[in-house]
Amino acid sequence: MPERRPDGLTRRIIPCLDVHEGQVVKGVKFVNLVQEGDPVELGARYSDMGADELVFLDISASVQARQHVLDLTKRVAREVFIPFTIGGGIRALDDMEALLTAGADKIALNTAALIDPEVVTSGANRFGSQCMVVAVDVKRTAPGSWEVFSHSGSRSTGREAADWTREIAERGAGEILLTSIDADGTQAGVDLEITRRVSETVPVPVIASGGIGQLSHFKDAVERGKADAVLAASVFHRGIFTIDEVKTYLQQAGIPVRITGETQ
Amino acid sequence: MIGMIDYGVGNVGSLGNALRYLELPFVLSADPDELDRCEQLILPGVGAFGPAIERLRNCNLDGFLLEWAASGKPLLGICLGMQLLLSASRERGQYDGLGLIPGQVRKIEGAPREVHMGWNEVIPRRENYLVPRSGYAYFVHSYRCILDDLTIVIADTSYGGLLAAAIQKDNILGVQFHPEKSQEYGLDILQRFADGKF
Repeated sequence: MPERRPDGLTRRIIPCLDVHEGQVVKGVKFVNLVQEGDPVELGARYSDMGADELVFLDISASVQARQHVLDLTKRVAREVFIPFTIGGGIRALDDMEALLTAGADKIALNTAALIDPEVVTSGANRFGSQCMVVAVDVKRTAPGSWEVFSHSGSRSTGREAADWTREIAERGAGEILLTSIDADGTQAGVDLEITRRVSETVPVPVIASGGIGQLSHFKDAVERGKADAVLAASVFHRGIFTIDEVKTYLQQAGIPVRITGETQ
Repeated sequence: MIGMIDYGVGNVGSLGNALRYLELPFVLSADPDELDRCEQLILPGVGAFGPAIERLRNCNLDGFLLEWAASGKPLLGICLGMQLLLSASRERGQYDGLGLIPGQVRKIEGAPREVHMGWNEVIPRRENYLVPRSGYAYFVHSYRCILDDLTIVIADTSYGGLLAAAIQKDNILGVQFHPEKSQEYGLDILQRFADGKF
């Protein structure tokens, strides 16, 4: 029987698919949309290629979009057998229930939690913390100081990043999806300082996001940022690296990752 | 036919999708008579132990499950469903479980996070049909099973020390991870549960 480390939990690599009007796009600095394909097809492909989870963020804000998202959720749930998160425009408990019933494993809240933090508490009580991801978009406002922004990073909230993430974790968020608005789209690496600060502040897993451009950025996010998972979009969509390349790189750097297939 | 116990706790949708994908016929039910006609039962479960065991009792399924276990037909508990098979839990209070497997449910301690969330390596600890190979499975839990008899552990994983990943006592089986969310590795385990003689 093989020996093993005391903690074998792997660091997760999560492709993010921004969905607009039923098509995958990747927002650069949250503007300039580039259409990039069928979300379910792309999701299934990433799953086959070794993605540990998938995140679908619906960035269309129309009423018809809600039905698109429900249909998308049902299709993904039927075809993909890894966990997936649906986010974007989720406001009320009814939205969450509809998505979870349609087969989403987790739902991501962002602006709704900032408008009414109680929605995190009631969601966690009703559906369990394991499915409550709270996405937090932060911007550096002074050296050593980060503020939380709402409405896709467009509105200042006056909330400090560490305080806010601590509050939502206490309210029952199961995971924090942390995005640095400054780093997002730059491909210069995630903001390690705030990632580490949040990761050391909250007891729940932190997914680092925004700014991944090179293989070393994944390693830095985990090792220096202390992230439990790393989310990236364009580097995968544009074929800059495959998930396998990222995992092989991380494995060689001594970071535990899931390599698909049998392990011995 | 697999009976999936529908007692209002647990993501029966995902499990149903996985069984449909595998083309394994199943029925989703809380009716003991209907479930009794099945060849195998799956007890899913997500959330906290206390409300879940209460729901089972309110659905009059606790007594039925004890009779089922005694009949020798296979029962598979998944995640919280595995924990419910044990004697008792101290998750947010003190609760009796089904008592089909002697052991206690306790908080995970000594690990980097309170919740064990993500993919971890499952390694078989003895020869068995359900989990014959090691591989990665998806876990989400903050409580763990501590078995009185460690020979019941057929596979383990490590998070703050060794955790029971899969257990088997004769026809009573449990997996702490989510096979329906563990890609080919997990789907194979569901297929094996459907095919196996336990």
